[in-house]
Amino acid sequence: MAVTTDWQKSAYIAAQAADARVNVELETEGMTLNLGPQHPATHGTLRIVVRLDGEQVVWAEPICGYMHRGYEKLCEVRTYPQVTTLINRIDWLGHFANEVPFILAAEQLMGIEAPPRAQWIRTIFFEMARIANVSLFLGDMGIQLGAITPVFYAFRDREYVLNLMEAATGGRFHPNFDRIGGLKEDLPRGWVDECHGVMTRVISFCQEMEDLLMGNEIFQTRTRGIGVIPAAVGLEYGLSGANIRASGVDWDLRRDQDSPLAWKHCDWKVWTHPDGDSYARYWVRLQETREAARIIVQLLDGLPSGPIQAKVPRIIKVPPGEAWCHTENPLGEMGFYLVSKGGRGPFRVKIRSASFNNISIVPWLLRGVYVPDVITILASLYFILGDIDR
Amino acid sequence: MEKGLLPKPLSHLLNLSRKYSLWVYQWGLACCAIEMGAAFGSPRYDVMRLGVIPFPASARQADLVVVSGTVTDKMAPPIRRLWEQMPDPKYVISMGSCANCGGPYWDSYSVTKGVDQIIPVDVYVPGCPPRPEALLEGIVLLQERIQHEDMAERWKGDPIVVGA
Repeated sequence: MAVTTDWQKSAYIAAQAADARVNVELETEGMTLNLGPQHPATHGTLRIVVRLDGEQVVWAEPICGYMHRGYEKLCEVRTYPQVTTLINRIDWLGHFANEVPFILAAEQLMGIEAPPRAQWIRTIFFEMARIANVSLFLGDMGIQLGAITPVFYAFRDREYVLNLMEAATGGRFHPNFDRIGGLKEDLPRGWVDECHGVMTRVISFCQEMEDLLMGNEIFQTRTRGIGVIPAAVGLEYGLSGANIRASGVDWDLRRDQDSPLAWKHCDWKVWTHPDGDSYARYWVRLQETREAARIIVQLLDGLPSGPIQAKVPRIIKVPPGEAWCHTENPLGEMGFYLVSKGGRGPFRVKIRSASFNNISIVPWLLRGVYVPDVITILASLYFILGDIDR
Repeated sequence: MEKGLLPKPLSHLLNLSRKYSLWVYQWGLACCAIEMGAAFGSPRYDVMRLGVIPFPASARQADLVVVSGTVTDKMAPPIRRLWEQMPDPKYVISMGSCANCGGPYWDSYSVTKGVDQIIPVDVYVPGCPPRPEALLEGIVLLQERIQHEDMAERWKGDPIVVGA
């Protein structure tokens, strides 16, 4: 035991007292900050309750349910063709991509497969939904960080993609185009040429975003090293899509599962980034938009001819059974677990949507970050409220 | 100044300035929020040329609110509360089928069947979702109403329906 003199003792006590005085003076009372349910950074009606110590987050909790519309229950009282109208609106930016897993699950139960041309057009629309979805993120991430301009570019170039959707399906937003056994209609005349032009535009838009935003020093300092998700943690929380690929996990359902859709016929790449921070998530999504445009161009070049609808009965009844089908949607893995009892509508539908799992990491991720970074992290996780609450 | 009305030239001037300085509070709830964003934030539709300013900091600075999207029972109390925070005279545009009447969720257990159950609505814009042009037309019709505004008529509560 160290020998201490009286002088050392009193010096120690004085130091402690001084320390305590300073700490008491600088101590801040904890504050609870409520973000939402109506807040621009939550793109809709997510509410996040944040407990702050000074400017640092001690504890955060997302409160969802403000956009709960009861899809799973509504699907039980609709017939199969009516269900696609509803599930279009789950992830309202990735409209067409929502229909595909449900239709594939129903086709799996009925034991029919759409003809090749229908599968190729489905893949084209799937990737167009990805462009329409992610291009808005590419602009929106800028506006969350204080850069107003990119969102105008994003809206401008997104319109061209939506016009193509409208020309082919009749709906700018919710095409409701996918049918069991094929598609509603064939592509209109001249559509393919126009699509080529728009894809060139999309690729140049991605380049523009890269030049405008990613090289910006402010953007880099606000996103690099912010909200780092290690791969192991991300997998534990069930993240999917670009969020997990930005943590270095090379996992994409388009490539990794045997799907009837036409991705296997093209040459494309799954992009990953080792960092796992907000910058990486932005970068991965940007590359994915480029890849989507590349996939569409290749599919347009090799579009097979033939019918677009397999033979299906006029009144669709799905034989009893259970099916699970999931695809790589713009926001991540989206799956439908379909239970049929042989009726005209599903008996039970379980929807696995990507955003619900993607925001479940928010309490873990927000602990210890500063308030402005909360916005960055929420923006970079990129969720759609309909996809969270369903 | 009889009947508490302003003289005609003065009220004309006041209405003109109110009409072209509408501050819109964006109430993006669901899918329609993206079409509203396209109408307000995109260069193709560009709502500012109509004299509508879409970025107030809070509901306390807004004259007009666009309720765009599904109103759920959980969201209804905050909507009512934010509407109460807006200063008079205030206007409400209900955008999309969900906000008008429940839309495709007419039989859902958690959806409010129309925002007009909780706040009075001036303009209904039908569609699922309506095109940005439809929203712009709703705004233009509302501006016409503001120009010839007669408070007595307004409080009778006949709403505008776009396209009807």
